[in-house]
Amino acid sequence: MIDEARVRAQFPLLKRELHGKPIVYLDSAASSLQPQRVLDAMTNYYEHSHANVHRGVYGTAEEATNLYEGARRAVGSLIGAKHSPQEIVFTKNTTESINLFVGSWGGANLGPGDVVVLSIMEHHANIVPWLVLQERLGFEIRWIQIDAQGELILEDLDTVLAGAKVLSITAMSNVLGTINPIAELAQAAHRHGAIIHVDGAQSVPHLSVDVVDLDIDLMSFSSHKMLGPTGIGVLWARRELLTSMPPFLTGGGMILDVRTDGFIPADGPARFEAGTPPIAEAVGLAEAARFLEELGLEEVRAHEEALTAYALDRLFEAFGDDLVVHGPRNPDRRGGVISFTLGDVHAHDIAQILDSHAVCVRPGHHCAKPLMRHLGVPATARASFGIYNTQADADALVEALRDATKLFA
Amino acid sequence: MADLEELYREIILDHYRSPRNRGELPSPPAQRTEGFNPLCGDEIVVTIELTDGVLTDIKIAGQGCSISQSSASLMSAAVKGKSVEDVHATIDTFKRLMLVHESQLEESDVEPEAVDLKSLGELAALQGVVKFPVRIKCATLGWNTLAQALEEAGA
Ligand SMILES: Cc1ncc(COP(=O)(O)O)c(C=O)c1O
Repeated sequence: MIDEARVRAQFPLLKRELHGKPIVYLDSAASSLQPQRVLDAMTNYYEHSHANVHRGVYGTAEEATNLYEGARRAVGSLIGAKHSPQEIVFTKNTTESINLFVGSWGGANLGPGDVVVLSIMEHHANIVPWLVLQERLGFEIRWIQIDAQGELILEDLDTVLAGAKVLSITAMSNVLGTINPIAELAQAAHRHGAIIHVDGAQSVPHLSVDVVDLDIDLMSFSSHKMLGPTGIGVLWARRELLTSMPPFLTGGGMILDVRTDGFIPADGPARFEAGTPPIAEAVGLAEAARFLEELGLEEVRAHEEALTAYALDRLFEAFGDDLVVHGPRNPDRRGGVISFTLGDVHAHDIAQILDSHAVCVRPGHHCAKPLMRHLGVPATARASFGIYNTQADADALVEALRDATKLFA
Repeated sequence: MADLEELYREIILDHYRSPRNRGELPSPPAQRTEGFNPLCGDEIVVTIELTDGVLTDIKIAGQGCSISQSSASLMSAAVKGKSVEDVHATIDTFKRLMLVHESQLEESDVEPEAVDLKSLGELAALQGVVKFPVRIKCATLGWNTLAQALEEAGA
């Protein structure tokens, strides 16, 4: 069991007020808060061990290098990677990880006649890089559709995957909350000779993820959604696959040798980490990964699932048919992301009124416009939970929403 | 909360619930222009009819939040039947009302002139928006679209 009081006490931002009221932070799907120990790890790094990584011979340069390289192990351990030092690439965020994969692997492997499979519930980060590359290379993109519950339609999966080279899909929707059956999708992709890349931005912070058990090939995720700092993301790729991928961003740090007439790229993660990397951020991310592992992702999930169930019950109890929640109704099929519309009150107005109650939710299309078009809604309000949220937060959401419906009655 | 009540004044909620001049004029002959707020997905379609230098008819379609919809509705009521010259003047005055904050936001050093609120009539109800900088883009969407429609119509 998550000890709510003990967990909450570790997040300094929860102590602040908005408009004179204690903050109710319900926007973890956009970005999570950070525990004190993550902030301390970064400060401690800057105060005691900062130096540029690699090649330095003096003591602090070696410490910085060890901390940075060590961060790969901490992150790899969280997701069950087998060969973390060779498989964990640090990027800027999920978006850059996906761009790296699409640009490097896609650029080298795709052409006319090839097929890429995505789902209609993808974040723009897993759509636009493919569209850009498609303009250049002219392959086909197929879309896995969703049903009325917001779950993937998998009956015709074999038809969709026929002839595909890659399936790139989110493990959990940032709008619907839907948890996708990644192991099953990986099996199907491999059966058709395709590789599978998983957008883990929403799953890694909230679900127990084991890349070996899932038998996937690549996964992208962001530190700032998993209790770590902004400015760093991860691309995990199977060692053999990563070794086969050409460089993406280029410059210092990613080479073995450079001459006036050519270069030899470095191996492993270094090949994809041109320039001075986000060192302090890697230290912070490693601490966040350790924090999550100590809590246990099974416990995190149990806490958030129970909270989601509670919140959905309270919301429907209060607003009945006026409330439309997109995505699965069943809490064990979804994460703690609740996107909704309420009567005639527009999402922007909901978010504005909730702000006056210090309740932080996000209005808009959530960077998933193809999905929003499919749902036929221009915007939703989205409340999303993290481990530090409690039933009291869900109650505050319901009360603040009552106020919104009153104002617009 | 006082600011919130200033934002959601009764006139604004009224125009949101019962928008004026709702719909689209047949185009052609009417000028039809679409406006988008890519941040929140609000969309507005403005159709206008110009006869001898007068904006003889205007209709508003699209969807969005209470601020963008009511602002467009108030705008349509304010400009309908006015000379193109007066319409431009009204757009300018309204945008100056909003500029107070926009210029602060963008740290521009343009000094916004004082706005004569009385000359704005019902539109003055929208001044509460300036206390909520992220909503200014909602309030100006219809106006920018109208300005663009006039430009496209060569007026
Ligand atoms: C499913 C999903 N993919 C990708 C992203 C992009 O993450 P980032 O903005 O950290 O690159 C997000 C976050 O908004 C997301 O929810």
